[in-house]
Amino acid sequence: MAKKRGRGGLFLYAIFYLAFLYVPVLFLPLFSFNNSVFIAFPLSGFTTQWYAQMFADTAVQQALFNSLRVGAVAALVSTTLALPAAKALTRYRVPGGGAVLALTNLSLFIPEIVLGISLLILLNILTIPLSLWTVTLGHIVICIPFAITVLMSRMEGFDKSLEEASLDLGESGWMTFWRVTFPLVLPGVISSLLLSFMVSFDDFLIAYFLSGNDATLPIYIWGQLRFPYKLPTVLALGAMILVVSTVLVVVAELVRSYGLKDRKHKMVGA
Amino acid sequence: MAGVELRLARFYRRSEGARGLVLLSPTMLIMLAAMAAPLALLALYSFWSQDGYALDTHFTLTQYETGIGRASYRELFYRSIEISALVTLITVLLAYPMAYFVAFKVDETKFAWLILLTIPFWTSYLLRVFAWKLILGYNGVINSGLMNLGLIRQPLEFLLYNPTAVVVTLAHAWAAFAILPIYVSLEKIDRSLLEAAADLGDGAVRRFLRITLPLSLPGVIGAAVLIFVPTTGDYVTPTLVGGSGGVMIANVIEEQFDKVGNWPLGAALALASMAAVGIATVLFVGAMRAAAARIK
Repeated sequence: MAKKRGRGGLFLYAIFYLAFLYVPVLFLPLFSFNNSVFIAFPLSGFTTQWYAQMFADTAVQQALFNSLRVGAVAALVSTTLALPAAKALTRYRVPGGGAVLALTNLSLFIPEIVLGISLLILLNILTIPLSLWTVTLGHIVICIPFAITVLMSRMEGFDKSLEEASLDLGESGWMTFWRVTFPLVLPGVISSLLLSFMVSFDDFLIAYFLSGNDATLPIYIWGQLRFPYKLPTVLALGAMILVVSTVLVVVAELVRSYGLKDRKHKMVGA
Repeated sequence: MAGVELRLARFYRRSEGARGLVLLSPTMLIMLAAMAAPLALLALYSFWSQDGYALDTHFTLTQYETGIGRASYRELFYRSIEISALVTLITVLLAYPMAYFVAFKVDETKFAWLILLTIPFWTSYLLRVFAWKLILGYNGVINSGLMNLGLIRQPLEFLLYNPTAVVVTLAHAWAAFAILPIYVSLEKIDRSLLEAAADLGDGAVRRFLRITLPLSLPGVIGAAVLIFVPTTGDYVTPTLVGGSGGVMIANVIEEQFDKVGNWPLGAALALASMAAVGIATVLFVGAMRAAAARIK
């Protein structure tokens, strides 16, 4: 029981910490229902007009559609690439495997602005015009380390002997993958898709350098910040994004840890 | 021919290394093509120069002379590193007790805590930064709130558009990034070590200083690097809340690729800042390791 000593003070601290994390962001939904273009106290009254304006705005719809498209493709491609890579890194002793992992993780440690401008230079040299496709390419680079981490933690989480048994019983490598490995890592795959999607959906800076005339949602929001009278609509949009992405992240984490015995160790980002 | 193919196939099936490399190659290819090659090009560009609209591809060190030589750029390097170092210190210090709480004081609700702490990690970076602009603004949440309560008559002007606003905003935006690495290293600590120390008569403070803290240092170092390196290149925060006094190096890099149109100089500034950050990181990690060795 000695372990639980001193819980009170730390518990209080933890509550304050959560408040520090969440309260600043909660001003967005709060003022999105406020009946005034000024983001200031006192609150002047309840309204849903900003939401009505946002839903009616075709530019918002277009940007949302663009972001969904980019996010979906980036998530699919990075997860598809990461799946065999994660299998190789967890199942086989690959010469230089560590170096490959270091290379993929490198994009986590390079400031996004550097990734953005260097890809911009490459595209410029190859005279490839900027578009949503070039944004997608940039997003794949930043999604891959997350996809690999999620999938590797999932593959480390189940018993390797299941695959060996299948091979011993005469299944081919391919059939073993489809009938044994894939069902077991499926939660990891779904989680990797969702989290990669979030990384792409949330990214501003890479899209800022690599997008042509088509704006993703963060780019659209950035453009609106210059106009004070547009702010309430941006708040409504921001509040919606917060709610939807929170739900997606929670689902992703629940799915990923599904069936893992020791799920507290298996968080990503560590 | 069939014999060769068969032998190749058999070799492939037997050799883990060969199979592994085949499985890794698509990822490796895309990382080489979309990250490594562009970075190499960035380095190449930094030794070229802009001649009006054309690119002069003769080797030159002009960009580095300008980038490092000009006092205003040098000041931005220092400021970016100072701001990021401060942000790193604050986030890690704030995150440590939080991670400690989840690792040692929570049992059944651990997963819920971890999810609550992870959500901001994945969501809405731009919105988190933007929220601070609303909070700190001249007619913003704090000023209007305090005036409404009658605590101040005039809005406080020192809240927004300065380096402190950048530090506060970055510390909040990156808070979630510090917790997980520290938590993982704390969670890994063998609890029997702590019990042994207690049995041998060590008090709680001594136990923490001699066992928990040194063993969790890898996580602390990891968290610090994970925050320090990317924040030095942050563009959104200085642009939204920094004002003229809170400009960071990313702002001038962006200008070179946008308004100014001097890509080689932008490339040199980017590489010089990465080098500066790299050196600072190596020094920091070395110092932390030395400190850890002394505690043990």
